[in-house]
Amino acid sequence: MQINLTVNGKARKTDVEDRTLLVDYLRENLRLTGTHVGCDTSSCGACTVHLDGVAVKSCTLLAAQADGCSVTTIEGLAQLNTNGTIGQLHPLQEGFKECHGLQCGFCTPGMIMTAADLLKRNPSPSEHDIREALEGNICRCTGYHNIVKAIQWAADHTAAPLLADHHVWTNEVAVTV
Amino acid sequence: MITYPFQYKRASSLADAVALLADGGKALSGGHSLIPTMKLRLNAPDVLVDVGRLPELKGIALDGNELVIGAGVTHGAIAASDLVKQHLPMFATGAGQIGDPSVRNRGTIGGSIAHADPAADWPAMLIAADATIVMQGPSGSRQVKAEQFFTGLFSTAMHENELITQIRVPKHDGAKMTYQKFSQPASRYAIVGCAVVKNADGSLRVAFSGVSEAPFRDKNVEAQLSSGQTADAAAGMSILSDHYASEEYRKHLANVYLNRALAAL
Amino acid sequence: MTNFFKKMSNKFIGQSIKRVEDKRFITGKGRYTDDIVLPGMLHAHFVRSPYAHARVVSIDMTEAQAMPGVIAIYTGDDVKDLNGVPCGWQVNFRNGETMREPKHPMLIATGDTAKHAGDPVAIVIAESKAIATDAAESVQIEWDELPAVANPAEALKPGAPKVHEQFPDNTAFDWSLGNPIEEVDAAMAAAAHVTTLEFVNQRVVPNAMEPRAYIGAYDEVSDKYTLYTSTQNPHLIRLLMCAFVLGIPEHKVRVVGPDVGGGFGSKIYHYTEEALVTWASKQLSQPVKWTSDRSEAFLLDAHGRDHVTKAEMGFDADGNVMGLRIKTVANMGAYLSTFAPAVPTYLHGTLLQGLYVTPKINIDMTCVFTHTVAVDAYRGAGRPEATYLLERLMDLAALEMGRDPAELRFQNFIPKFDGVTEPGYQTQVALQYDSGDYHPVLERGLEMLGYADFRAAQKEAAKTNKLLGVGFSTYVEACGIAPSAVVGALGARAGLYESAQVRVQPTGKVSVFTGSHSHGQGHETTFVQVVADKLGIPMEDVDLVHGDSDALAFGMGTYGSRSLAVGGSAIIKSIDKVLEKGAKIAAHKLECAEGDLEYAEGKWTVKGTDKSIGFGDVALTAYVPHVYPAGLEPGLDFSSFYDPANFTYPFGCHIAVVEVDRETGKTTLKRMIAVDDVGNVINPMIVDGQIHGGLAQGIGQAMFEGTIYDENAQLTNGTYMDYCMPRADDLPMFETDRRTTPCPHNPLGVKGAGEAGAIGSTPSVVNAVIDALWSGGHQVKDILMPMTPERVWRAMNN
Repeated sequence: MQINLTVNGKARKTDVEDRTLLVDYLRENLRLTGTHVGCDTSSCGACTVHLDGVAVKSCTLLAAQADGCSVTTIEGLAQLNTNGTIGQLHPLQEGFKECHGLQCGFCTPGMIMTAADLLKRNPSPSEHDIREALEGNICRCTGYHNIVKAIQWAADHTAAPLLADHHVWTNEVAVTV
Repeated sequence: MITYPFQYKRASSLADAVALLADGGKALSGGHSLIPTMKLRLNAPDVLVDVGRLPELKGIALDGNELVIGAGVTHGAIAASDLVKQHLPMFATGAGQIGDPSVRNRGTIGGSIAHADPAADWPAMLIAADATIVMQGPSGSRQVKAEQFFTGLFSTAMHENELITQIRVPKHDGAKMTYQKFSQPASRYAIVGCAVVKNADGSLRVAFSGVSEAPFRDKNVEAQLSSGQTADAAAGMSILSDHYASEEYRKHLANVYLNRALAAL
Repeated sequence: MTNFFKKMSNKFIGQSIKRVEDKRFITGKGRYTDDIVLPGMLHAHFVRSPYAHARVVSIDMTEAQAMPGVIAIYTGDDVKDLNGVPCGWQVNFRNGETMREPKHPMLIATGDTAKHAGDPVAIVIAESKAIATDAAESVQIEWDELPAVANPAEALKPGAPKVHEQFPDNTAFDWSLGNPIEEVDAAMAAAAHVTTLEFVNQRVVPNAMEPRAYIGAYDEVSDKYTLYTSTQNPHLIRLLMCAFVLGIPEHKVRVVGPDVGGGFGSKIYHYTEEALVTWASKQLSQPVKWTSDRSEAFLLDAHGRDHVTKAEMGFDADGNVMGLRIKTVANMGAYLSTFAPAVPTYLHGTLLQGLYVTPKINIDMTCVFTHTVAVDAYRGAGRPEATYLLERLMDLAALEMGRDPAELRFQNFIPKFDGVTEPGYQTQVALQYDSGDYHPVLERGLEMLGYADFRAAQKEAAKTNKLLGVGFSTYVEACGIAPSAVVGALGARAGLYESAQVRVQPTGKVSVFTGSHSHGQGHETTFVQVVADKLGIPMEDVDLVHGDSDALAFGMGTYGSRSLAVGGSAIIKSIDKVLEKGAKIAAHKLECAEGDLEYAEGKWTVKGTDKSIGFGDVALTAYVPHVYPAGLEPGLDFSSFYDPANFTYPFGCHIAVVEVDRETGKTTLKRMIAVDDVGNVINPMIVDGQIHGGLAQGIGQAMFEGTIYDENAQLTNGTYMDYCMPRADDLPMFETDRRTTPCPHNPLGVKGAGEAGAIGSTPSVVNAVIDALWSGGHQVKDILMPMTPERVWRAMNN
């Protein structure tokens, strides 16, 4: 089937098998390999991307379900320069570097995308809020200590809303009773 | 992980969805119960009917004395809803304990109910709050009380070609309610989930998830409590047992969490 | 050995420099093996045994072969000429008999038996991963299921199912170490108090977040193979695969370990899939990729720990440790993995002295085969098991004797020794510790804890439903693995040195090649800090290259907290050679004697003058040798191999504070204090990060993790929905501090920090729960790990 998505701001029209998962579409069709697969059970969060502005696990979503939607991956989080090179990093990207919030880097994109979702809902999270928000993301390297600090750093260094897109697509239509 | 091949169809309307399901399709809402089982190849529907965008399944609204939650509303949206916080606060806090934030952003109340995992959180809350499940099938719409809806392990009163459309819950203004959960630390599903609603007239409804093969209303406990006796949760029930919590321990926890729920009212 | 730390004025060493490798990871530009796509690449999926023990009666591939897009299916018959996966370490029986080393075949052929669930029977290669997966499921195998055993103690019982017919008692080897058992028996008999503990150090799964992935690519024109692999040691994989499995020439094989998403030991070993995709790529003249699912990872990645132990510690009337007697059964799994025999023996038995002056020690070890995947080194590898044993005994002995656990340790600590002016400490179990000063780490830990206040709070808590407990663990470990002659005498089939090349480019920029492999450890930053300081040049002028067997002469890789102590020392050797030759060039240019020069801040200066020449000018001269010392070769590029003189011996003190819910048995970790002495520290931020991660894994073993096998030796919790690893909301912020006792025998004075967190923390958490329970009147000796709420509840209610 053919699907049309906007991925990191770019319109994409792609033929995929019906059973294609969103994560496989991103990694294999679009070669956006920053989104990772760490488990089979929607548990680890390495595949987290934003779908119409909210964090989702792209391993538990068919590409077909995302047809017509807008997807942001880790590759689309930093501002790009006009020549396409990486420009200003997102405060969370800066925070993870500043606070040593990553080691092997494999869970990092999912951690950052999940944290970006948190900071949109809660710009000044407590340590407790951050740890709760990360319950669907597994890191095996850091013990989470520096990930928590990285997210706090980003919260402290964010002036403007983190992503312009505040649209929540799942609850927009009034109920018919 | 790759599922078996299947055909994906997106329902264009509720009527279309019902017709596609009548043809043998399997409903796909948020997909957070269904897709993981398909990836593990434990489930192999030939046709998936995506009902995720049907406006008929969306939204949260008051209808007279009832709060109506569309079956396609996500756990996250329920947790964040002011209407829910006002009229059914247990649903808001309980929804916030399901899965993790990303799961809550996609997983829907209807999908969770239809899947009927014995350790899911919604059933205890729905039964305690005396919710009604509204389903649409080829022969029209019908309603089943939550208390009668969950019939066993992953089984419900739904027919194969039916689709859950709404969850209707009496407004509980003036009532006190709470959902207390002891989680399995890996899956975050409930080992014991205890929902208690204490109505303005003092009457109690108590329900459990995770304890038995199906979620259940504990009328024994309700009677014991109303007559001032010591409550004995899940008495006479067949109790689940697994590596993480044996039958004996789970029954013990049911009592602990009943007491915690009562204390939290 | 010159002490580099004292000699240099360091700008970068000792600083928490932000990691240079981070930018690619935080922007999604990391390049892991599964991210790589080669032209014409095919995809593999394995057909695996669903049973832990079963004979292949027949294989029918007719349907699978007919599926569109299926390119080839290979079975055991196709690869019968290939050798098995070799074991890299030979430990002999006590009586001198060679250890039993069953062949670990590439694929289980018709008529042969699968020895653990997941043992591969066929490799299906197709145009896409989906097709390969579908086709693999269509391969029909008739199985004859046989009885199986997963528990190592059960495997030793008469009548237990046999893993290998030729070894009917399931014993791989037995082994002992320490003082003669008669002497230990006598010490125990004379003891005023003996603390006895029978316990299980359960099997855990490493769970690096990146599942293993391999791409084999054969080029028929050059007759060269390239293997991309998620490995901790590319050269070691090349050696094992070429020389032992495939019998192909090493110089025709390039092994690349690109970005690797964690290892924790599980990616040290050579796995069948690596060899098979490489072999298949030649059969098909097309690249072949395989990426593990998480479910496969649970079945196939080597696991860790899995000891069943009885340990006794004897004390005299004053509380002095008089003897230690240990009997352990260790699980090897079905086949002997790369380092497996060394883990319960030379990485465990040798650490049983701990920090204590115990005069008599004996360990009796039996290593057994079971119908499970191999057990091999997992973060700490043997040292966590040794520390668990000693530190559980120490806290329990204190409770039993009514002694304070901290005081009991202070009393028994080995006195301070620096290994320079005083000799190293000779243990009863073969090793000689390099340097140690054990009192300060525990003193600092107690200070951070606020010990007196804690005990007061604990008394108050005991009146409530939430008990408080504190657990101590003071550990010493052996890392910087390892002196080749020593490990060779102990059975290692490889040397454990490291190599490095420092290539100064003509413009004075420096490329450093290391045989160590960074998969989270931050070598691209720390190694560059060392080089930049030693050469007095900016960090931007130095680049680190690792993970490519074509780039570097040789390397032994990263494990055993060895990278900086061994790999870093090799770099120092090369830098010394660069500076020595550079001085000759500088002296020639400055028209002075070499002895008149001093090197600092990136230039050679004639002592007492302002005459100098910069590093870049000397580099340029080396490559444009117009004005040049007679007889000196052009170029400025040196390789070195460094073979360490000894292991290094970091030590420390970990303290856990827990709260136990008396109603549910649920444990909450309230505080985790770690004071570690890992020798000199290059980058404190990175060392703290290593400690944090180790703590989480050690806490994970204590509280959450552990395999569960059923009576058919099937793993029943092999997904992340069932196997619990710590999540962010399970852990507190860690409280860390450090003491510094330099390693006396390597140029950087470093000891290694990669595993310490996982070595010390586990017993501290279990001890804390036991302490909490005693405070509530429940005098239990042990709780099985992981300490699930039910286990703790039962401990309070039985």
